[in-house]
Amino acid sequence: MINLEITQKMMDVKSGMNNMATGMLRPIARHYDEHEHEYPKELDMFRSIKIMSRPKKKKAGEEAKPEKPSAKKLGANLSMVIVIEEMCWGDLGLLLSLPNAGLGNAAIAAVATDEQMERFGEKWASMAITEPGSGSDSGSITARATLDGNEWVLDGEKIFVTCAERAEVAVIWATVDRSAGKAGIKSFVVEKGTPGFKLEKLEHKLGVRASDTGTYVLDECRIPKDNILGSAEVKQSTEGFKGAMKTFDNTRPLVASMALGVTRAALDFTREKIEESGVKLDYEKNPNNLSAMEKEFYLMEAHLEAMRLLTWRAAWMMDNGEFNNLEASMAKAKAGRYGTLICQKCCELLGPLGFSCENLAEKWMRDVKITDIFEGTGQIQHLIVARNVLGYSSKQLK
Amino acid sequence: MPLMEEKIMEDKDFGFGLSEEQSSMKDTVAKLIKSMVIGNPAHDMDEERKLHRDIIDKIWELGATVSMVPEEYGGYGMDYSPMMNAIFLEELAAGDMALAIAATLPSTFIYTILQMGTDEQKKKYLPLYCDPAYKTCTVAVNEPRFGFDAATLETKAAKNGEKYIINGKKCFVPMAKDSGHLLVAANADGKMDLFIVENGNPGLQIGEREKNLGLYALETYPVTLENCEVPADDRVGGDNGCDYGRFLQKTRIAMSAIGTGVSRASYEYAREYAKERVQFGEPIASRQAIAFMIAEMAYEVDAMRLMTWKATSALEAGREAKRESYLAKLYAGEMTMKLTDYGVQILGGHGFIRENPVERYYRNGRGITILEGMATV
Repeated sequence: MINLEITQKMMDVKSGMNNMATGMLRPIARHYDEHEHEYPKELDMFRSIKIMSRPKKKKAGEEAKPEKPSAKKLGANLSMVIVIEEMCWGDLGLLLSLPNAGLGNAAIAAVATDEQMERFGEKWASMAITEPGSGSDSGSITARATLDGNEWVLDGEKIFVTCAERAEVAVIWATVDRSAGKAGIKSFVVEKGTPGFKLEKLEHKLGVRASDTGTYVLDECRIPKDNILGSAEVKQSTEGFKGAMKTFDNTRPLVASMALGVTRAALDFTREKIEESGVKLDYEKNPNNLSAMEKEFYLMEAHLEAMRLLTWRAAWMMDNGEFNNLEASMAKAKAGRYGTLICQKCCELLGPLGFSCENLAEKWMRDVKITDIFEGTGQIQHLIVARNVLGYSSKQLK
Repeated sequence: MPLMEEKIMEDKDFGFGLSEEQSSMKDTVAKLIKSMVIGNPAHDMDEERKLHRDIIDKIWELGATVSMVPEEYGGYGMDYSPMMNAIFLEELAAGDMALAIAATLPSTFIYTILQMGTDEQKKKYLPLYCDPAYKTCTVAVNEPRFGFDAATLETKAAKNGEKYIINGKKCFVPMAKDSGHLLVAANADGKMDLFIVENGNPGLQIGEREKNLGLYALETYPVTLENCEVPADDRVGGDNGCDYGRFLQKTRIAMSAIGTGVSRASYEYAREYAKERVQFGEPIASRQAIAFMIAEMAYEVDAMRLMTWKATSALEAGREAKRESYLAKLYAGEMTMKLTDYGVQILGGHGFIRENPVERYYRNGRGITILEGMATV
């Protein structure tokens, strides 16, 4: 049944997280924006919370616990997008810096063997895909992995790695066979301190400065043979690569919800200032009779609502086991683009308050921009949506 | 203050999926629209400036409105569901917007009396229109003036003993000539309200049929009320009037459902055209400039629908939908203009020619932000 009324459970999750964001993230947001690369030590308390984990497999003979029949469950993904929106309402850069919650941790949790989970499950893992010559076209990466006896030898350069310095292990994407194209791309876990593995530099960024983004260089870096995630076999098909890409169907709604959080922060602040100036937003007057500022505000609020509904739909579909490749990209295409436009517009409406570093509005405008870039740029999302609705392959629509 | 704060009525399951009942109704209407409306009939109705009565009758026979009226007033006694109405309206409008308004026109009259009228009003008026056969009754909200706002009307209703005297000018009154009764929105001493006015009342003059930018097939009329006397009993809801704000909320949601349907029609037509139209040796859809417009149309149509459903969910829960319906209509209005423009643009010169329906969607879609009170959920 269609019901888009927010339930009590959703409200509870939201208000709990909002308290946390208000009390813990907002107060330190400006500090870590101004002190780029400084580790946000306040976040250490999150280290023990396993965000990217998986349930332990049952041992033989252990009986399954009976399901609790009564309470209605809030889907894990829907719950996650609500949590992320609230945290990003607090601060996006800090969310990206949460210990043990990197994209690498998600990859390990998704495909690691039990033995690998034992070794890496407790460690903060970064994810290294992008290269200087390979951005959106992640099938074209050139970092190499060569098997030499009981070791993989890794060579290459990885850029734009989130949590590059703070992570304890890195999940590195490399090709075992360039001639095999996408089918040859595998991922490997490299531990910090391994000879030949170096953090080359940390970037200075437009926004999300609390998050450390860096470059890794791998120079004849030797790692144990069983540090490969998934099978080493190069299949004829590109199913493996497609499988890796599918994990983005799960993470795109999360990135969209990051845009929701930052955008709502900017809108909340703008509303506060509009109302302080004596204008009452009453959702009643014909839009023709509104001031330009009021109409802009209502329109932005409507776009935010649209962003949220598209995002929640993609997450809800995931919770219900529905294939959501199209809807996940729709959510990110809309949220990344309009999040950016709205945060810019809020600065405009705020005037001097929007240009000054006395307030966070200018920071939100810088921060939100990343949501239209990482995990697939807005343009890539539009390609995915268009191919889906047109029934075109990537060859038919380049 | 967070923007998302909302009152909770009950902890029903949150979800985006159509129920079996909703999806079977949607399929039935879609099938009917596909076989009877899309293509030549919609085009012909527009060119002839006339709706085909047999199609209206067919749609009315589905019983979408009458089914939700209690049996004592001539209905089938099913539960009232604004969500069903929103889905119904989108499907109809995806076929033709003029048809969507005409075929559901009695619903606005019926639901308003049913939900906000006095017992006597229900007994007196509902059986007239809750009939297996389509019988026209209409709503007069819009006024022909610059700066018109449905929330502050210039048409005045003054109490005089057992009567109200109504004075004012209305426009875009759909099918006024054929209607037995009109629901007239007027300002009663500062409170906006609705009055039931019988067609034939000597104070009511229905003018010459209007010529409009869009909705060629829909007959609309200007209506002048000059010292129009109406019994006090015909003020909807009695002496204290009705919840006019709620009436507006429901019409706003209906307009956003209709906007979704019109935009969807434009999107679907442009998408299929772009796959067939070959220039420079390949379909124009395989060029990003076109493909990205199509992608945007796809997710914005979905967004409009979800905004409509969000506002409708509030009504289903028995809650006010003031903010949600306002935002949904604002969004649908702006987006319908943008998307129906994309539809014309993708077809290029062919989009400008009346043989293709996208120019009709472009003209009709302009009405979403302008027209008030023409449909309801």
